[in-house]
Amino acid sequence: MDWQPTSRLEALQQRADTLNTIRAFFARKRVLEVETPYLSCAANTDPYIDSLDAWYQATISSGKEIRYLHTSPEFPMKRLLASGCGSIFQICKVFRQGEQGRLHNPEFTMLEWYRPDMHYRALMEEVAELVQCVLPVEYQVSSCEHLSYRDAFERYADIHPFTASTKELIECAQHHGVGDVPGLSSDDRDGWLSLLLTHLVERHLGISKLTFLYDFPISQASLANIRQDSPPVAERFELYVNGIELANGFQELTDARIQRERFEHDLRVRQEKGLTDVPIDENMLDALEHGLPSCSGVALGIDRLCMIIMGVSCIDEVLTFPFGRA
Amino acid sequence: MATYSTNEFKNGLKVMIDGEPCSIQDLDVVKPGKGQAFTRIKVKFLKTGRVVERTYKSGESIEAADVMDTEMQYLYTDGDAWHFMHQDTFEQYAADANAVGDASKWLKDQDICDVTLFNNVPIAVTTPNFVVLKIAESDPGVRGDTASGGGKPATLETGAVVRVPLFIEEGELIKVDTRTGEYAGRAKE
Repeated sequence: MDWQPTSRLEALQQRADTLNTIRAFFARKRVLEVETPYLSCAANTDPYIDSLDAWYQATISSGKEIRYLHTSPEFPMKRLLASGCGSIFQICKVFRQGEQGRLHNPEFTMLEWYRPDMHYRALMEEVAELVQCVLPVEYQVSSCEHLSYRDAFERYADIHPFTASTKELIECAQHHGVGDVPGLSSDDRDGWLSLLLTHLVERHLGISKLTFLYDFPISQASLANIRQDSPPVAERFELYVNGIELANGFQELTDARIQRERFEHDLRVRQEKGLTDVPIDENMLDALEHGLPSCSGVALGIDRLCMIIMGVSCIDEVLTFPFGRA
Repeated sequence: MATYSTNEFKNGLKVMIDGEPCSIQDLDVVKPGKGQAFTRIKVKFLKTGRVVERTYKSGESIEAADVMDTEMQYLYTDGDAWHFMHQDTFEQYAADANAVGDASKWLKDQDICDVTLFNNVPIAVTTPNFVVLKIAESDPGVRGDTASGGGKPATLETGAVVRVPLFIEEGELIKVDTRTGEYAGRAKE
């Protein structure tokens, strides 16, 4: 019966209520709702995120131009920030190649917001405030946990993620019975860190509370600012509830030159991995060149939030028509 | 050699793991928002029934197992092997004790069952969930005997022993649930 929705009607109602609450939250805080294009001539360079592409034709006889479905509205939202729009948020569908599973659907709903002049630590508090508005009452009364990436690894995997060698990370995985991973190369440090995070650490995070994991290895800085501590850390955070990664935020990198280096580094990694080459978003770099205000930003998965509110374990239960029925 | 990439994995897919044929029972993609994706599967080893979890870097490929579930008729056993016949081709297959396993307790001549072939050799035999068998031997029930929980042992025509209610007598037909090995009711011819 593939014509039928996979979610119950209560889930539709709950989603509508959640979106209303979120919009009211931002209206109270005077954060402006915006829309940006889904189709872009540039793509996400992240080697672990693949864009879907689409072909545009002006007329039936003219040549086809490639466009990429956005994987997050981050780049055009930063162009708006550079143009002086102030605090903004967006709720939109985003698209990612190959992501399908219990917690993944190739198209999903993202809430993304940016706060000029707000430090990422303060943004974590705002994320908690918003999420507690919509989560069931037990999460509203429980306290938030703030756990650095390093402390989380030391506590749950018994290893220091910054100073351990890749060999020690592999030994740690083997010691915990998850060291046999066909395809994962013995020099892929971030791959092994991701394995330890997903297989050993995540399930302890956000159990009946909100857990913020923060200050990531600089190799996983993505678009976050790097703070020159010893060792240096990426000013990035993730929110976990019930072992599920719900949000990812940054103290945004505002330096156009460093941002270009990171994009180019991504493209080299993509090439080494045999992935498709993609165009860098030059408009976004121009905006950074013009001047991005100091700001923090965060993206939150609405479908996963709905899963936690509804107490279900598979994303299909909160989607009307998942990919297989779309 | 046929292979499956992790993105082709689905429940019921037959793959080779540690050189043994397995069936995928459950799968999930585990992926940090920004980072390497993994495909985690739960597989059952078809020969032993053992279930294990495995993790692959997404995009990896594993060898396909040449495994087929085929309906066959049970013919007879010569003590070493159990002989089956394919319903369409009339080809005969001999399964050893490892492959037949517990199914031997429920096999009666001419019964239809599922035979799992790996490289065209039987590795597992699955009987129907319910089979009808005759009581070969059972002592008469003692009325009022509550110590035995209101039942008594009975030996079936295949040699299997099941607990039956006291009123069941030798020569009667009963229905047995092969998954639990328990009496499921009286049966008619």
